[in-house]
Amino acid sequence: MDIRRPPPRSSSGGVEPRFRQVGFVTSAEPEAEPAPAASPPAPDGLSTGARSPVMIPPPLIPDHLHAPVPVPVPAPASESQSFMPSSPPPASSSRLEAASDLDDDDDVDVSWARPPPPALPEPYKRYLTEKKNEDAPASFSQKPKLSRAERRATQEAQRAAKAAAKEAGLKSTAMASDVNTKLSKQPKTAKTSLKKDMTQVNPPVASDKKTSVHPPDKDRKKDGPQPRMQFDNAHRVVKAKKRSIVNQSEAQNRVELFRHLPQYAHGTQLPDLESKFFQPDLMHPSVYKVGLQYLSGNISGGNARCIAMLLAFREAINDYSTPAEKILSRDLTAKISSFVSFLIECRPLSISMGNAIRFLKNRITKLPLTLSESEAKASLQSDVDRFINEKIIVADKVIVSHAVTKIRDDDVLLTYGSPSVIEMIFDHAHEIGKRFRVVVVDSRPNLEGQGLLRRLVAKGISCTYTHINAVSYIMHEATRVFLGASSVLSNGTVYSRAGTASVAMVAHAFGVPVLVCCEAYKFHERVQLDSICSNELGDPDAISRVPGGKSSSHLKNWADNENFHLLNLKYDITPSDYVSMLITDYGMLPPTSVPVIVREYRREHFIACTIDLLHWHGLLNHLGQSELPASKDCCFDTEQTPHMCADAKSKAFSALDMCSSPKGRGEPQHCCRLATPMGTLIPGSLQPDGPSTSPFSELSENVVRN
Amino acid sequence: MEADAAQNPNPSPVPPPISAYYQTRAEHHAVVSSDWLAHAAAAASFPGADAAAADATAPPPSPGVGGVIEEFNFWRRKPEAAEAVAAIMALAAVIRSSRATTMMELEIELKKASDKLKSWDATSISLSAACDLFMRFVTRTSHLEHEKFDAAKSRLIERGEKFGEISLKARKTIAMLSQDFIYDGCTVLVHGYSRVVLEVLKLAASNRKIFRVLCTEGRPDRTGLRMSNELAALSIPVKVLIDSAVAYSMDEVDMVFVGADGVVESGGIINMMGTYQIALVAHSMNKPVYVAAESYKFARLYPLDQKDMTPAHRPIDFGVPVPTGVEVETSARDYTPPQYLTLLLTDLGVLTPSVVSDELIQLYL
Repeated sequence: MDIRRPPPRSSSGGVEPRFRQVGFVTSAEPEAEPAPAASPPAPDGLSTGARSPVMIPPPLIPDHLHAPVPVPVPAPASESQSFMPSSPPPASSSRLEAASDLDDDDDVDVSWARPPPPALPEPYKRYLTEKKNEDAPASFSQKPKLSRAERRATQEAQRAAKAAAKEAGLKSTAMASDVNTKLSKQPKTAKTSLKKDMTQVNPPVASDKKTSVHPPDKDRKKDGPQPRMQFDNAHRVVKAKKRSIVNQSEAQNRVELFRHLPQYAHGTQLPDLESKFFQPDLMHPSVYKVGLQYLSGNISGGNARCIAMLLAFREAINDYSTPAEKILSRDLTAKISSFVSFLIECRPLSISMGNAIRFLKNRITKLPLTLSESEAKASLQSDVDRFINEKIIVADKVIVSHAVTKIRDDDVLLTYGSPSVIEMIFDHAHEIGKRFRVVVVDSRPNLEGQGLLRRLVAKGISCTYTHINAVSYIMHEATRVFLGASSVLSNGTVYSRAGTASVAMVAHAFGVPVLVCCEAYKFHERVQLDSICSNELGDPDAISRVPGGKSSSHLKNWADNENFHLLNLKYDITPSDYVSMLITDYGMLPPTSVPVIVREYRREHFIACTIDLLHWHGLLNHLGQSELPASKDCCFDTEQTPHMCADAKSKAFSALDMCSSPKGRGEPQHCCRLATPMGTLIPGSLQPDGPSTSPFSELSENVVRN
Repeated sequence: MEADAAQNPNPSPVPPPISAYYQTRAEHHAVVSSDWLAHAAAAASFPGADAAAADATAPPPSPGVGGVIEEFNFWRRKPEAAEAVAAIMALAAVIRSSRATTMMELEIELKKASDKLKSWDATSISLSAACDLFMRFVTRTSHLEHEKFDAAKSRLIERGEKFGEISLKARKTIAMLSQDFIYDGCTVLVHGYSRVVLEVLKLAASNRKIFRVLCTEGRPDRTGLRMSNELAALSIPVKVLIDSAVAYSMDEVDMVFVGADGVVESGGIINMMGTYQIALVAHSMNKPVYVAAESYKFARLYPLDQKDMTPAHRPIDFGVPVPTGVEVETSARDYTPPQYLTLLLTDLGVLTPSVVSDELIQLYL
């Protein structure tokens, strides 16, 4: 597929200006590229020779707006998911959307915050979507050249038009059968989209369809992974509902600001689901069980939920057998996706679970086709075990060993809620004979701290228990604040149980160091600035019920009052300014280093191949055969073969030279990060003349000095 | 100085162990007697570490791991040699005298030696950082896997000896990088004696920059006086302040230049006592604080507060006997949190404090 080849570049190393890139950098190369051709991709045979569509996001089924071609009817889940296996696993939080909305999937799953140019995975992704659209390839080549923003605008317009059409009660089947109606309808629907958007320009670019430039928030929505399904989007909710197993009924009196989050009436659907338990074809029983446990709240806590889910998947994999005429790697991914969407219906995923699912799906897609089914299953199961062991259990041990070094005798340690890892830290510190006191700060409605308190007191640790109202009073006693986290985002923001931010801020005001303990698998490359855009709503009844006393009846019939809303937010975010230290399995870090860890950690996930000479050759052949390796960002990991590294590195140099030579098929920006044990090399710092002579510089090869 | 310490009727029942690192510093840079000018002149004319480092045959033969301390001490005595360089030299000597026949054996032997070195003086950050760094070479250098053992061994030794040059080169790099920060007519406040900062100011002076330097006195070993002496010799206008006059003169200061004993993971620095308060004052008066530090001082430490470090003590001479029943704070260093630092000038480039951790992760993970 030579359409992916960029303009030839002379060399990867020498000509590049030497500049130092530190931390979480995105290569500037994609911007430097010529404006990509707008013709959406076509299957290989139909390629019209357009140049470098690397930057083109997968088209949003554009055909129904400008081509007399039947619109694909929204596919049932299983069908749409059959495209999933080879697609890169979606970002954790957008999973539901990825699973449910593939038929209008204009959202590139590529997260914009990833270090390599975002262009990279798109061809591959597009390759998938184009298969879907291959019934209308001819129309693609007619489209004029568009810039990225224009294309985006077009897609937005199309999407709005589609939504409007749906709202107007237009049956998609009717649309498909009667092209004329649709074409006559189209200007109208486009007009409605224009009305919605205040700024609209640029009709000459694509005269055959109305385009509009959207306000930046639309752009942002498109650029990044959509955090999760927006539940104020009635169209999508209806669609998601069609396929859901759990019959969630919407709660009344939803808080205006949080309508985009799912809010269900709690406690109604459990008996119904339990009765469905023995229906054979519904869901794997172990997954079903875990789902019910999430729903009922029997399993809570990031690690516990993640482990339960992984073990359920492990069992499901064990009982899995590939249906006839299907490939394991594809069918199983679809299967996992359906499990995941079921689990999401039970309770929104945590970021840690999202990362674990991403890992598992990645392993599935990376299975060599040569493996037999039983081998593949065994390998997947051992992968799951390895993940649980390395990323959770051992990680916790490492965190504990780091954290106890920060506990001195006579310390007063304050904690909030009941994070499992913090409990382990206290236990261990107590075991090794440190003398300290614990202040457990708790909050309604869950009162999880009571469990922690009970267990700590049983072990003989002296404790103080208080509610969060008193945190400013008790804080002056504390010498360290230990907090858990549901996730740490790449700007250092800590996403954790609601109330954590208040504790951290009070501690900051009192000059007490705040230590956040979090396993690195919970890190996420997303950036979040407030707790509104992505959060989880708990049962509003939980806060209306006050234990004991007559006052509990005051809020009894709160749902009847239209003007009254209850908001039970489960999470909040703590800005990194209030965090003194993050303790992870990679050691003790400042919160500013999260992007580095995210990068290093991702590397383990997305191993394209382990560099040794053979693999390099294989890879180059692969590239030569016009197929990108099935990885999202093509980073090559040498961590696994450290002794090979120097050798591999020199090979890498020559390989990159080959890549960048006009004859080679692979582009250096496809190999934009070369992970070596000596750090991550960026193309600008790849020196074909090999490592410099000074021993120190060899340790930080990627650092370009002066 | 040691004699003075004995005179001190220190009230604490068990006098804390004296930090070897700061003792060495005091010996090298402090002004201890009335004829300190002569001392300083003598020290300045002492052959530098580069000369010493090149002379590989100079150190006495050391009997394996046991001799690593002596070896280290031998190198440490040289006033121009950084502690880190001494550590590397000592470890290189361990390799030289090792009777190991496989890489694995050698590695274990080295590990033992470096642990011993580190535990010998837990207060020296650059010592432990250098040991870690050297171990990193041995465990991570892949050339070694493909070569014969003897070749690999000699390569390691060669590397170790190069390290001394690197430490000097690092100072030159830092001095070059920092020239952009010193402008004509500026006033620079320096604290204590730092070879890197001296190098920076030296280069600035030789570039014909016109600037003024305020030196703190640098109690208790008065390293600031030594610094001012060296600067005056370069005909840079210098003024010496007592340590408590920092806030008083901060408004005429344009920037603060300090060295560092260690740069920790948070991006903060551990440095001679008084740095923290200077940084605080500078921060509150919106003056930039630049830290000049070689990258081998980057250490995987993360102090949360001042007490969260291995205590390093140093005798303090008050000139008069301390009254009985009075306790003396003898800590030799303090920790400056990263929010009070503007930039770190290192041989890896000019870094913001938060980048230190990124570098460390890349180095050690």
